[in-house]
Amino acid sequence: MSVDEKTVRRIAHLARIAVADEDVAPLQGELNAILAFVEQLGAVDVAGVEPMTSVTPMRMKKREDVVNDGGRASDIVANAPETEDNYFLVPKVVE
Amino acid sequence: MTALNELTLAEARDGLKAKDFSAREIAQAHLDAIDRAKALNAYIVATPDRALKMADVSDQKIAKGEARPLEGLPLGIKDLFATQGVHTTAGSKILEGFEPHYESNVSAQLWRDGAVMLGKLNLDEFAMGSSNETSAYGKTISPWRRQGSDAPLVPGGSSGGSAAAVAAHLCLGATATDTGGSIRQPAAFTGTVGIKPTYGRCSRWGIIAYASSLDQAGPIARTVQDCAILLGSMAGHDPRDTTSVDLPVPDFEAAISRGVKGLTIGIPKEYRVEGMPAEIQRLWDQGADWLREAGATVREISLPHTQYALPAYYIVAPAEASSNLARYDGVRYGLRVPGKDIAGMYENTRAAGFGREVKRRIMIGTYVLSAGYYDAYYVRAQKIRTLIKRDFEAAYASGIDAILTPATPSAAFGIGEMASADPVQMYLNDVFTVTVNMAGLPGISVPAGLDAQGLPLGLQLIGRPFDEETLFAAAQTIENAAGRISLPKAWWA
Repeated sequence: MSVDEKTVRRIAHLARIAVADEDVAPLQGELNAILAFVEQLGAVDVAGVEPMTSVTPMRMKKREDVVNDGGRASDIVANAPETEDNYFLVPKVVE
Repeated sequence: MTALNELTLAEARDGLKAKDFSAREIAQAHLDAIDRAKALNAYIVATPDRALKMADVSDQKIAKGEARPLEGLPLGIKDLFATQGVHTTAGSKILEGFEPHYESNVSAQLWRDGAVMLGKLNLDEFAMGSSNETSAYGKTISPWRRQGSDAPLVPGGSSGGSAAAVAAHLCLGATATDTGGSIRQPAAFTGTVGIKPTYGRCSRWGIIAYASSLDQAGPIARTVQDCAILLGSMAGHDPRDTTSVDLPVPDFEAAISRGVKGLTIGIPKEYRVEGMPAEIQRLWDQGADWLREAGATVREISLPHTQYALPAYYIVAPAEASSNLARYDGVRYGLRVPGKDIAGMYENTRAAGFGREVKRRIMIGTYVLSAGYYDAYYVRAQKIRTLIKRDFEAAYASGIDAILTPATPSAAFGIGEMASADPVQMYLNDVFTVTVNMAGLPGISVPAGLDAQGLPLGLQLIGRPFDEETLFAAAQTIENAAGRISLPKAWWA
């Protein structure tokens, strides 16, 4: 499979990465080189094989359902580009 | 007398204990060496004030007879580990200015045990690369050069800053991470030792995520023993990482003297790849001979799905990366570039903040996870991962204790030499290491000799899950037989 110019633009939008017009063609070439490289996986017989979901066979760990952390809003927003009263500020979403 | 920064970590530990020198003296020796080595660009940030403050605490502890296991030993931290109050970048512009309010589990355990932080080490952006050339903070230059040449070489990647700093005596040891070979390949390129432990051995909490089902932390150091000492402090259960295993941490340092008598070492025939340089083949044969002479049985094995590991990796890792890196959106940390609306702000921030290789991998990951392609790419790759793991399980079930392979298909290459248009050429660096991540196994790279141009080459040993001890024993056997590589003279100082 390979991607065309339109698909490159669609993927870029899904990935929320602005791509300049002159970068579309080089990106298309690079993505197609990678897709051509992974093409060989089509030759493997995977009938009846379970996909790996856990690298190490282990039971999902669960902790007790209690509050064990919190009350640190100012730590959490400390690195944000724009904040007000411990809220993250973003451009207006709803008119 | 050996300069303090040229001691091994074990020698420094013993010297501090015997009060031959102080923690402040050895910290200062390293800080001076870092100052003189700016040309290598191994550190993104040095933290001299913190280093001296920590060293003073160590000196007090030693004076009171309360020395902890790593008391006063100066280390470098790969800049993928969150360090409280210290700029943490992942080698990316998108995290510009980020100062975490928390400490990664692995680094916290090193400080708990008395180690001293020298600073944050350079890396490929978000650990995506094999040469350290994708860092937004500039390339790291290897302390190694080809004989009779001053062309700058890469230290490997992504833990290139860690490997270069260890090889250039800018720290006694360093933390690193390995998603497809990022500990073992730079260790091989710089004549140092690096171990990627079993998936789950070290907590990933506080390590900036690349591909969560593959990422694992480990040390790079100048000897097998030094790596064993460091891993002992880095490993251990952490309830904050659900994939961290609740197993006791063995005495890794004690394992180095076990030897290999009675062990069976496998040589996978599929690793004899086309076009492998004769020097690498010779080194591999030599490594097998050393293990045989030390009492191991060596026999050929088959890992039939080997060739599919790298292409499957280039589906699984970008897919996980596209999800993990969605958090860099200009809202919670780092860079923000305005746009006409909120989507425009996301798109502009990510376009300006991510480098080319990172964008490429995010986009591949987005594509293989998108509607209509998920089964054909992602699910198929995860099935192939099951087959790769089964290959190893079959080998171990047949009585193999560890597997010996070359660490890399070549010695270090020059800066810019791999800048071809096809990104796949660079990916081939990980052809021998990536299978280990796909199967979650431990792997160690140990220096075994030099090539005709005087550059170091490494051998890799792959172990059973949670049997790093056998790897340390076998790697020590190779280190003993090969002799320690003499590291380059400081041309940069």
